[in-house]
Amino acid sequence: MEYIGLFNYWVFAVLLMIGMYAIIAKRNLIKKLLALAMFQSAVFLLYITMNKVDGGTAPIIRADVQEQVFSNPLPQVLILTAIVVGVATLALGLAIVVRIHETFGTIEEDQVYVRDRE
Amino acid sequence: MTTVLCVFMLTLLVITAFGMIQARNLFSAVMLGGIYSFEMASIFFILDAADVALTEAAIGAGITTVFFLGALALTEHRERGRHGPQWLPIGVMTATGMMLIYASFDNPRIGDPNAPVHLHVAPWYLEQTPQLIDIQNIVSAILASFRGYDTLGELFVIFTAGIGVLFILSAPAPQDRKVSERLMNAEGLRHHLVPRVVGQLLVPFIVLFGLYVQFHGDYGPGGGFQAGALISAGLILYALLRGEIAALRAVPIWFLRMLIVSGALLYTTVGIAGMLLGGSFLDYSVLSNDPVAGQHLGILLVEVGVGLTVTGVLLSIFHAFAARGQ
Repeated sequence: MEYIGLFNYWVFAVLLMIGMYAIIAKRNLIKKLLALAMFQSAVFLLYITMNKVDGGTAPIIRADVQEQVFSNPLPQVLILTAIVVGVATLALGLAIVVRIHETFGTIEEDQVYVRDRE
Repeated sequence: MTTVLCVFMLTLLVITAFGMIQARNLFSAVMLGGIYSFEMASIFFILDAADVALTEAAIGAGITTVFFLGALALTEHRERGRHGPQWLPIGVMTATGMMLIYASFDNPRIGDPNAPVHLHVAPWYLEQTPQLIDIQNIVSAILASFRGYDTLGELFVIFTAGIGVLFILSAPAPQDRKVSERLMNAEGLRHHLVPRVVGQLLVPFIVLFGLYVQFHGDYGPGGGFQAGALISAGLILYALLRGEIAALRAVPIWFLRMLIVSGALLYTTVGIAGMLLGGSFLDYSVLSNDPVAGQHLGILLVEVGVGLTVTGVLLSIFHAFAARGQ
């Protein structure tokens, strides 16, 4: 039971590696972008794991409650903006994939190389 | 009890992640991606990050899925070509993963109040927010005031990404290629009774909730980023139900472009107004005679700016994908 407090970090490592594997090994460009999003959210999980404090609550002050323990708000701020930036950059990637499909008629990376050389 | 729930959700998350990578049908992979985001949002909520959970649910599960479906409608639904497992990447990833797990044994346990991350800067924010800014949601206070520079930077990243998508997708499409299945055709889902009736009922409430989240962000979870995502989700739902043309009649493209620009301008103007009134860039205390009132005003305006730009960018990207399919 001593190690249950590290479980989040292990899941972070596993998700990060699944995402990275798919980015390297999969040939399909949309699959690569899905994996990139997964890789990114593994990092979000790491940050949000670090913000938790035992017995804490979400960092919202209530005037009628004294001696509140708050979880750390700083990682939350960083990740909050990172999620929105993530979707905007992901859309950029998808737009490029759409244009690649229009030009080469495929979204498989190896076939794009073959058709580019022709 | 919370720990058990957290471990359960994290296990589900890993299973979903494997499913996403395994699925050969890209449509199922994208749908699993939506489920993955909802699980991630629940975990964020269990870990006390209410604002982040709200954002992840609206953006990760809602908007991201719609963008992926838009891209699928313009490309292909299936992963082609069979490739077995590739042993070199698997080997490298296993080794790296093992190293990360080995390194985790030196990490502080989750929830440890003496972890280094809780000892520096954060206690100062928690202590000073009631006096300096006096709003209940500390996350909003840090986001818009203490770390206003960061948020301005992020806003301009979103702005730039939005412009990039519009540039890439506004080039004329080659005419000879026909798009087989269109997700967002002009008809919408008008002929499907249940989505039409239920969806149409939901749209105004989603937009209203977005506005609530926007202006209640000082007091509870919420703010410009979440509100922008929610409002665009509501309007995208409208576009899916009524078709592209009706949606563009309700919220025209020029209006979206105005939103993108005016949000970024509003944020910068508030910063420069602080300079002109004798403070430093993004110092809201000088905006009013009472420094705390000035902070309230500054945070409100800045959050509105963020909301405008995020709504504009997300909706413009959606319409750019949809217009490509016509």
